[in-house]
Amino acid sequence: MTATAPFRNTRQTAAGDVVLSVHDLHVTFPSEAGPVRAVRGLSFDLKAGETMAIVGESGSGKSVTSLAIMGLHPRTARITGSVTLHGKELLGLTDAEMSEIRGEDLAMIFQDPLSALTPVYTVGDQIVEAIQTHHSISRSKAWQRAVELLDLVGIPNPDLRVKSFPHEFSGGMRQRAMIAQAIANDPDVIIADEPTTALDVTIQAQVLEVLKTAQRETGAAVIMITHDLGVVAGMSDRVTVMYAGRPVEQGSVDDIFYAPRMPYTIGLLGAVPRLDATNKEPLATLKGNPPSVVNLPPGCPFVPRCPLAHSGCREREPELETVGPDHVAACWENERIRTDSLTSADIFPTQVLAPVEKAVVEKVDQEVVLSLENMKKHYPLMKGAVLRRRVGTVYAVDGIDLTLHRGETLGLVGESGCGKSTTLLEILNLHAPTEGRIVVFGNDTASLKRADKKRMRRDLQVVFQDPMASLDPRMPIFDIIAEPLGVHGWSKEKTEARVMELLKTVGLEEGHANRYPQAFSGGQRQRVGIARALALEPELIVLDEPVSALDVSIQAGVINLLEELKQRLNLSYLFVAHDLAVIRHIADRVAVMYLGKIVEIGSVEEVYNRPSHPYTQALLSAIPIPDPTTERSRTRILLRGDLPSPANPPSGCKFRTRCPLFEGLTAEQRTPCLEAMPPLVTAPAGEPVALESSGVPQRVTTTVPEGGVETDHVVACYYARPVKVL
Amino acid sequence: MTDFRIVEEPEILEGSPTPITPASKRLTRGQLVRRRFFRNRGAVVGLIIIGLLVFLALFGGYVLPWRFDQRDTGAYYKPPSVRHWFGTTQAGFDVLAMTIRGLGKSLVIGFLVAIIQTTMAALIGSSAAYIGGWYEKAWLWVIDLMLVLPSFFLIAIVSRGGPRGSYAWLLLVVLLAAFGWQLSARVVRSLSMSVKEREYVAAARFMGLSTPRLLVRHIVPNIASMLIVDVCLGVGYAILGEAGLSYFGYGVQAPDTSLGTLISEGALSTTIAPWIFLAPASLLVLLVMCVNALGDGLRDALDPTSISGGQA
Repeated sequence: MTATAPFRNTRQTAAGDVVLSVHDLHVTFPSEAGPVRAVRGLSFDLKAGETMAIVGESGSGKSVTSLAIMGLHPRTARITGSVTLHGKELLGLTDAEMSEIRGEDLAMIFQDPLSALTPVYTVGDQIVEAIQTHHSISRSKAWQRAVELLDLVGIPNPDLRVKSFPHEFSGGMRQRAMIAQAIANDPDVIIADEPTTALDVTIQAQVLEVLKTAQRETGAAVIMITHDLGVVAGMSDRVTVMYAGRPVEQGSVDDIFYAPRMPYTIGLLGAVPRLDATNKEPLATLKGNPPSVVNLPPGCPFVPRCPLAHSGCREREPELETVGPDHVAACWENERIRTDSLTSADIFPTQVLAPVEKAVVEKVDQEVVLSLENMKKHYPLMKGAVLRRRVGTVYAVDGIDLTLHRGETLGLVGESGCGKSTTLLEILNLHAPTEGRIVVFGNDTASLKRADKKRMRRDLQVVFQDPMASLDPRMPIFDIIAEPLGVHGWSKEKTEARVMELLKTVGLEEGHANRYPQAFSGGQRQRVGIARALALEPELIVLDEPVSALDVSIQAGVINLLEELKQRLNLSYLFVAHDLAVIRHIADRVAVMYLGKIVEIGSVEEVYNRPSHPYTQALLSAIPIPDPTTERSRTRILLRGDLPSPANPPSGCKFRTRCPLFEGLTAEQRTPCLEAMPPLVTAPAGEPVALESSGVPQRVTTTVPEGGVETDHVVACYYARPVKVL
Repeated sequence: MTDFRIVEEPEILEGSPTPITPASKRLTRGQLVRRRFFRNRGAVVGLIIIGLLVFLALFGGYVLPWRFDQRDTGAYYKPPSVRHWFGTTQAGFDVLAMTIRGLGKSLVIGFLVAIIQTTMAALIGSSAAYIGGWYEKAWLWVIDLMLVLPSFFLIAIVSRGGPRGSYAWLLLVVLLAAFGWQLSARVVRSLSMSVKEREYVAAARFMGLSTPRLLVRHIVPNIASMLIVDVCLGVGYAILGEAGLSYFGYGVQAPDTSLGTLISEGALSTTIAPWIFLAPASLLVLLVMCVNALGDGLRDALDPTSISGGQA
């Protein structure tokens, strides 16, 4: 890139040489309870142009590592070891000296782009500031470079948007601006701390692509800190797995994914629900939680969760041992893992559920527990403080049809802002929607009286996303679980017995009843939330992103629990999630929502194997798969831009503004897309075509299926065709 | 539903200082709060002293050598002595007897006013925030209107025209409370606004909880810290407010007395007879300190996130 030329003609470190070297890094924080040993003995060498991922669960010391390298750690932290950049020691430098290096040689991309950009300066000002701090060039030149950088990271109309303030950017655009700022001075090392965790999958795919472009253009080495193994597989060359502040395994991305030698790595890989998994076996579960790094007992910190642990593991902590070329692992049993070629299924046995015979055909005949008929929810957009007037309408949900049968799980997926949560709230509120009907257990919500509603709430329960926010912090667990029982007039003795039974059902102990929610980990809290939902023996449970706030190893346990409960109690789930891999694992049918409309609905096998709507295809292709070989060979459909505002949706087909198919159409072919939203029709038959093959799209000739939209694989696109994405 | 097996082994609690004994008895919410409260030394001491003060106020009059309305014609303005332990006033009343009598009255007025006004503030503020709409607007108008009214004069005028007799101070309690809740109600409302957005409130609503129960079970407990501070401050303010009114001749009337009356009376002659002022003033300080200690303890007991409450 020509624009970078004025700043750096030759690199201090040639490609392939070690640019950043961390040796035996220890970071300790003082605390009331004792020293918190956040990082214990981390070493790695990062070569120029290379991407290394640091993976671990929350509290494993990933972020502290990045802050220590950048010199941004709190003053109370005690750091030992060595961090060298271009062979120069960084530890021990003063803050002023570090400021010379930060932003020039070392750059950082933070997780939350809203709080990482200053809200009172324009994006351009902030990039210019980053440039002028390190280079004495004129403001107009720096400004020009800012525009070039924004163009590089894919911001449309960069010469106009450079004058925008951060709040005028969407989340994905802010993250792009952050990347632009980070690469402004052509750094040698970029540290990206969970750069896409706060973003939707389609936006995540865009941002990861930008990051790859930025790395290619600057030749910088990247340290990618993440918990998402799919992102790791797609982005990195080497991987460091951290557990309780210690690196437990390091190696090339292929070694880690295909020949892991440490049980924690193996368990983590087995616990991720996979988008491309065809069988629905229970996920590997690592029992327990990551340990607290205060007062760690001697021995391997993974012992309490490790099925391979023996007495030797409790006595001495294993050192990193070379187990292959450029592959080290810290486990006493790594040799046994290799010789017996142990997999996650061997190490972490999961109960195999007794298969319940349920044919899809049978399900259709079963009782319908929930149905939405052309349900609409519009919110007025008001303006003015004294004289409030309506200035518009937010079309949050704009006419959807859904049917849920007894014993079935229906997944509802889509980007944030597509109306999934509004749909859930409308069902739970048991009010009449703006238009259309909501029928729960055969009763239309519009005609319900107060007593009817109360009776129906017994059968309709909810599990929320954030297990901390959904449990009243002032109430002991017993009272939380007993609350629905009290509302519906259970006697004291019956309540007591029922709560204890529920605690056991969700895998908690009776002794936990006295404790407050804050004494529990995220996974346990979510179990309490599930116990509360189960208390009244409901028939339908609505789950709003129940696992998205949990760590991977904890998430698997909760998913398995939900699955088991469903089979035992013949529950119906309406499962809202943005993670399509989780949906594939748990759901029978899946509905894809876009801007308040359902664009595709069908059985999980059909929708995942033969996605016919371009949006579904883009969503599926955007999700990273934790498999490096697959990731390398995959092509992605990148959607342009962000979700349009539901207050001002595009005319005609709502997806046309971002539709990759629409772009390839002739003006004549585009006419129907511009005129009206396509109806849901049976998805066209035929073998799915490859993603790369273009060809002229054909107008869909199928019609609305006879038995209504719930029976079939239906899609709302004039030019729908099945595509092989996975 | 009894054929469930445990899905997986119970998770290990991270960083829990005391291992859970599986056989531990289940306690109700009330028992838990009580247990946590009694772990706090300061709060327990506060509670004991308040208990002693109440006992003194109730029965002190029967054991003391002098009655509060009994004049000792041989001792005007006398410093503490064996005959009058805390000295006498200008009119020859025994300061100790008057202080004890005044303490009783002040305790009743202080606690009643504080509890009534905080309860009103909690109920009105939280329901306004939760229900919203016209209900909220109407209350906000009432609150703003009452805040601009000169409450002191209104109380003075009303208590003048009110009934006379030994229970006239009850009217004072009602008036002080009626003009004391507005600011707290506004604070409660804004705090409740953020609490009502929490998912657990939505969860309770979807469970079928009625609005009053939801307010009392989920919203008010989550702003309890503020309410407890409000009660503690309210006790002191009410006692002093009553003193101010009494000074102008509107509150508690002679020969009856209250701590506030005594303090304001003694303040005039602090330089020549400090004992008249010192006894009621130190008792008031002690009382307010104990109320605050009690309040801190209650707050920590109710708030599971506080460290001082210990683990439960």
